[in-house]
Amino acid sequence: MTSAALRSRAWKLLEMVTTPLLPSDYLDLVSPLRAGADLRGRIEAVHPETGDAATIVIRPGRGWRGHTAGQYVRIGVDVDGVRLWRAYSLTSPTNRQDGRVTITVKAIPDGKVSNHLVRRAKPGTLIQLDQATGDFVLPQAKPAKVLYLTAGSGITPVMGMLRDTEFDDVVMVHCAPQPQDVIFRNELHDLVAAKKLRLTEVHTDTDGMLDIARLDELVPDWAERETWACGPAGLLDAAEEHWTEHGVRERLHTERFRPSIVVAGDGGEVTFSATGKTVDADGATPLLDVGEEAGVLMPSGCRMGICFGCITPLKAGAVRDLRTGEITEAEPGVLIQTCVSAAAGPCDIER
Amino acid sequence: MTAIDPTAHLTAEQIEELGRELDAIRDEVIASRGEKDAAYIRKVISAQRKLELVSRGVLLFSIFPPAWLIGTAGLSVAKIMDNMEIGHNVLHGQWDWMRDPKIHSTTWEWDHVSPSEQWKHSHNELHHTYTNVIGKDNDLGYGIMRVDEDQKWHPFHLGQPLWNFINACFFEYGIAAYDLELGKNLRKRRRNNPEFRARAKAVGRKIRKQVLKDYVIHPLLSGPSFLTTLAATFTANLVRNIWSHSVIMCGHFPEGVQVFERRSIKGETRGQWYLRQMMGSANISGSRAMHFMTGNLSHQIEHHLFPDLPSNRYAEVAVKVRALFEKYELEYVTGPLPKQVFSAWRKVFRLSLPNKKPKVKTPDREQELVAA
Repeated sequence: MTSAALRSRAWKLLEMVTTPLLPSDYLDLVSPLRAGADLRGRIEAVHPETGDAATIVIRPGRGWRGHTAGQYVRIGVDVDGVRLWRAYSLTSPTNRQDGRVTITVKAIPDGKVSNHLVRRAKPGTLIQLDQATGDFVLPQAKPAKVLYLTAGSGITPVMGMLRDTEFDDVVMVHCAPQPQDVIFRNELHDLVAAKKLRLTEVHTDTDGMLDIARLDELVPDWAERETWACGPAGLLDAAEEHWTEHGVRERLHTERFRPSIVVAGDGGEVTFSATGKTVDADGATPLLDVGEEAGVLMPSGCRMGICFGCITPLKAGAVRDLRTGEITEAEPGVLIQTCVSAAAGPCDIER
Repeated sequence: MTAIDPTAHLTAEQIEELGRELDAIRDEVIASRGEKDAAYIRKVISAQRKLELVSRGVLLFSIFPPAWLIGTAGLSVAKIMDNMEIGHNVLHGQWDWMRDPKIHSTTWEWDHVSPSEQWKHSHNELHHTYTNVIGKDNDLGYGIMRVDEDQKWHPFHLGQPLWNFINACFFEYGIAAYDLELGKNLRKRRRNNPEFRARAKAVGRKIRKQVLKDYVIHPLLSGPSFLTTLAATFTANLVRNIWSHSVIMCGHFPEGVQVFERRSIKGETRGQWYLRQMMGSANISGSRAMHFMTGNLSHQIEHHLFPDLPSNRYAEVAVKVRALFEKYELEYVTGPLPKQVFSAWRKVFRLSLPNKKPKVKTPDREQELVAA
């Protein structure tokens, strides 16, 4: 018998010992970051960067497969007891000796997770991790000239690149409201002093928003540069238009952080994606009734919110709890009780 | 549907107002659910697992009597925690709001021969929706007992104290059988129904795994302590079964708890539903340890009003609920465990015999009920 087969036999036996739990349920008590466990990380330190941004140092579990500069990672953090998932760019170099990775988070107004991480996260806390992902990365072959065009927290994936790979000719144009809002400012200035980077800071409180036409003046050879741009949608839209107009669109790589923002309204178009049905729903009719009216086979139970027999994945959009008025937004793994939830805007129910 | 309706003094408006006041209590807890609650359930789960691990470890040496005693006691408590404060409550969706897939009603499996999926249907859906409605709520006597004067007496009921005792000893099997609606399904042609067969198979699988674990593998691992470990796990299962049976009997069977007719729930309003839960449930009073070991089902009334609120919050909710009982002049049935268990058993014995008097609503009869 091969060792793999032997191991799997031994594991089966162990499962018989622990049923109905799994051996991992017990191992998680002592070693949540071990190889073979669900991927988690432990926050080891939180370093403030600016008034509203901080770098979180994470020791990933043994299953972490590493990352490429510029990629992001989805993390699951328990905020007020509720697990919420968000994606953040990795800001650490890929070859960090101690195996830790960092993300740098800017607290956005009303941002549950970002404010929690920047202001309340404690070293020692376990978080859930996904593997790093994203194609906002550098190519295998080094481009001769590089431009980084960033704004606000859009600097984070680019910082990961800057720390990871040295180029001969790198220019960065970075926008932030004021000098003290520039994340990694000291490190950027050190790079400038070491002649490893040419940096233009645009302080939007005094200089106004960056007009993309000003690039000609700030970086005259911008069109020859392989460019990575990350920031608010307005900036990226303008950049894409500008690069297209000049026929160099293929040199521009962009990264958008939040593709869509859920606006919670009253009622909306409900899609039952598994059945392929779409119907209009008002803000007062339970989604269970909406689905059944539309001829979708919905799981149901008590029909009054107590038995949890109707819970169904919410894939997109937002719903309102008809009892409390509480809004639930779609996130991976979010299940809703369809008998006491109504559409709060367009939503997608996996049925 | 007892001779006197203890809610007769309430107007329809009052009942709806009561419903609104209960909704407000619920909303308050939901709005304040948070980190502390999450930490609570995680701590309980972790403690349960450690206790089970240590107890099973000690039982490897159960050939020595002190080890047997300690290990058996620990394993009994661990099994009770698993079923009551953790399993029952997680499967109610009380912790679903945490969005932790490992502590979620859709993924949880417990050390109990009834598979989670089936138990959720019969318990959450049928029992909690149709609480104490004769013919709809199978928990009422588990289909083997007569629990109200208005139920027809049958000579079969003469044996119900015995059935109930056997049920207590093998309670988890009783529950599994009742989830399967075994009696009904074994009759007629239903036993060949593919859906029933699939569910029966799932129960069989679960039983096989549990029996293998408790009565074969762990004793084998104990080597020379084989027999003593076997005895220990059997004892732990017995203790867990009798304990949970007792707690659950106290929830709906003690004197003073009302049962309802099938037609009485037609077109029931939210206020009326709440009222039925209030009148159909009974509490157990006691220390914090007692509440914990009952999985907070000692707060059965509060649990039935708000089955999806986290169990650790029932104690604070109980104070407010009790105040409402007083305000609306309703009887809050509660008492220490021995008293409630005795009361429930007395009812089992009493109803094993046919009714003493023809059931007529006479002043005499009312007098007697008040005295009881």
